[in-house]
Amino acid sequence: MPIISRGFHGKRQEGPSDRVPPGQYLTDDFPVLSAGPTPHTALEDWSFSIHGGAEPVSWTWDEFRQLPTETVTVDIHCVTKWSKLDTSWEGVSVDTLLDAVDHDAAYLLAFSDGGYTTNLPVEDVTGGRAWVAFAYGGEPLEPEHGGPARLLVPHLYFWKSAKWVRGLSLRDEDEPGFWESNGYHLYGDPWREQRYWGD
Amino acid sequence: MAGAVQETPRVRTLLLDAPGWADHRAGQHLDVRLTAEDGYQAERSYSIASAPGEELAITIERLDDGEVSPYLVDEAADGDQFEVRGPIGGYFVWDASDPRPILLVGGGSGVVPLRSMARHRERVGSGTPMKLLYSSRTWDDVIYRDELETIGIDVVYTLTREQPPGWTGYARRIDRELLEETAWPAEQKPRVFVCGSTRFVDAAADGLLELGYEPGWIRTERFGATG
Repeated sequence: MPIISRGFHGKRQEGPSDRVPPGQYLTDDFPVLSAGPTPHTALEDWSFSIHGGAEPVSWTWDEFRQLPTETVTVDIHCVTKWSKLDTSWEGVSVDTLLDAVDHDAAYLLAFSDGGYTTNLPVEDVTGGRAWVAFAYGGEPLEPEHGGPARLLVPHLYFWKSAKWVRGLSLRDEDEPGFWESNGYHLYGDPWREQRYWGD
Repeated sequence: MAGAVQETPRVRTLLLDAPGWADHRAGQHLDVRLTAEDGYQAERSYSIASAPGEELAITIERLDDGEVSPYLVDEAADGDQFEVRGPIGGYFVWDASDPRPILLVGGGSGVVPLRSMARHRERVGSGTPMKLLYSSRTWDDVIYRDELETIGIDVVYTLTREQPPGWTGYARRIDRELLEETAWPAEQKPRVFVCGSTRFVDAAADGLLELGYEPGWIRTERFGATG
């Protein structure tokens, strides 16, 4: 029996219940969550690298932007409780990037400008489930939202979609990243409400 | 709920009697879950306003189109019940054993977790230099106004929208020049906590970087649409 909050009725935003995970509410805004200052990396200084495979690989911005791109429309869910439906992104599939690497890793740590990291199982970023996105709503991705490029892993809480991403470090073991070392769940499935340690 | 303090017309502090609550660290937050009689639920996160060791308190600003904050600011009364979960977060926290000078930069209700830090410093008798830059719209929007007079740290106000007659303080958004005049010099390698809207946080953090602060010194907490 839950505790009833006397006099609380709620606004009962209408949302398709099969698209809004438990404990989330819908917003039309695009709130920002980050732990420090917003990095501003010039495109000529930007690269994306993958190490931990047989050979390290790296793309400059121009090389990266010559890779095939996909446009996807997905729902995103932030651990701070907001969800946003039908967000439109353009990016390079992580499948495309990992195809360039000979590896048998089960996990990876995505790393970003500003020192941010987040850990993911490789199977969660392959099979058409993750992208390195450089455009949002048809426009170049703003720095405050992770531009020039961020990871996009929409089926997990949005902190896993690392802003300002600069590469992937492949590894055999799952190792907690930044928020995962600061109280947040190692995996972060919004449908199982895996917000914090112990969920 | 075990008490309330109306801080400003839009902002209220709720004192919570939370059996089994584990003590928090200054700067952490908690989750509130409200349940309606028919089982409908809504959850939001709020910064903890009290210092570690004190009776648990949260300070909430009413967002007019919000779902949870209007209830907590206008409706909830002593004895009412709701669920809290926490404490949460291990990064935006100040540990009193940290010897570095502390710069707190708050915009609007972003002052709440910073107040926890300032109270914590006072309660433990810390001699750590601590300073608060606090941006509000008007003097009447200043949260914890009386308390900040006596909390034992320097408080620099800026009022961005309207100033009382005879106001001699700052009267504009935080910018580089204001920071240069008020923030600890970069040579002191301060630790910085900035909390407010995204635009506020970016302006403060970018300004501090221009003054020679390093990104790793600056911890930020931004709030967007959390109604």
